[in-house]
Amino acid sequence: MSARKPYVRSMDGWWRRNPFFMRYMVREASAVFLAIYAVILLAGVFRLSQGAAAYEAWLAALRNPLAIVFHGIALLVVAYHAYTWWKVMPKTMPMLHVGGRRIPEMALSAVGWAATLAASLVVYVLVRGLS
Amino acid sequence: MKRANEPIFWSLFGAGGVLSALLGPILILLTGIVAPVGLWMPPEAVGYPRMLAFAQSWCGKALLLAVISLFLWHAMHRIYHSLHDLGVHAGAGAATICYGFALAATLATAYLLLIIGF
Repeated sequence: MSARKPYVRSMDGWWRRNPFFMRYMVREASAVFLAIYAVILLAGVFRLSQGAAAYEAWLAALRNPLAIVFHGIALLVVAYHAYTWWKVMPKTMPMLHVGGRRIPEMALSAVGWAATLAASLVVYVLVRGLS
Repeated sequence: MKRANEPIFWSLFGAGGVLSALLGPILILLTGIVAPVGLWMPPEAVGYPRMLAFAQSWCGKALLLAVISLFLWHAMHRIYHSLHDLGVHAGAGAATICYGFALAATLATAYLLLIIGF
């Protein structure tokens, strides 16, 4: 038996060849930032359970310029994820009809974007207002 | 026939996707930028007494657990499937690591919220 070496086309960097794939990979990469952010919050809950000094140290770590830069990038990519999440949502659900007409996908996405804005406002008012 | 476990992971991915689309940007903005920089918010808003009271309330516990665990179930599902796009042909090992991490973080958060008390 001769050793066969079938040609396999390299997939390296396939997503850099097309802007559509680039956007896809940026959205996929948002998961990495989301995961790190969740771990930072988990660390916060852990420090909170250890007492006031530990919690203050966690807050101080968040004031590190690198931490702020990380959260700046995370904000951008997670906001992009939120935008795409509502944008594709109509394609993942059954078509809705009102008065015999199909509700346009854009209208459904707009409801999602409005929900994100409303939820953001509520969270900001609650976090800030009650203190 | 062996039943697929994909629907479970997809449900968690979907729930985390909705929650992160609704709350992800504002939470990152508030805890990662607004609070540390000290703009548009008094420092007491994220101070120890207030956050402790929040984490001791049922509502606060539910929110913290939902945010931390669902964000991770969502993210780890996406990372697991992205490995394939990057040319890493991930098998059961990668799935165990990804979902295991999300599960471990969920259990850790639940445990911490329990010992923080009521």
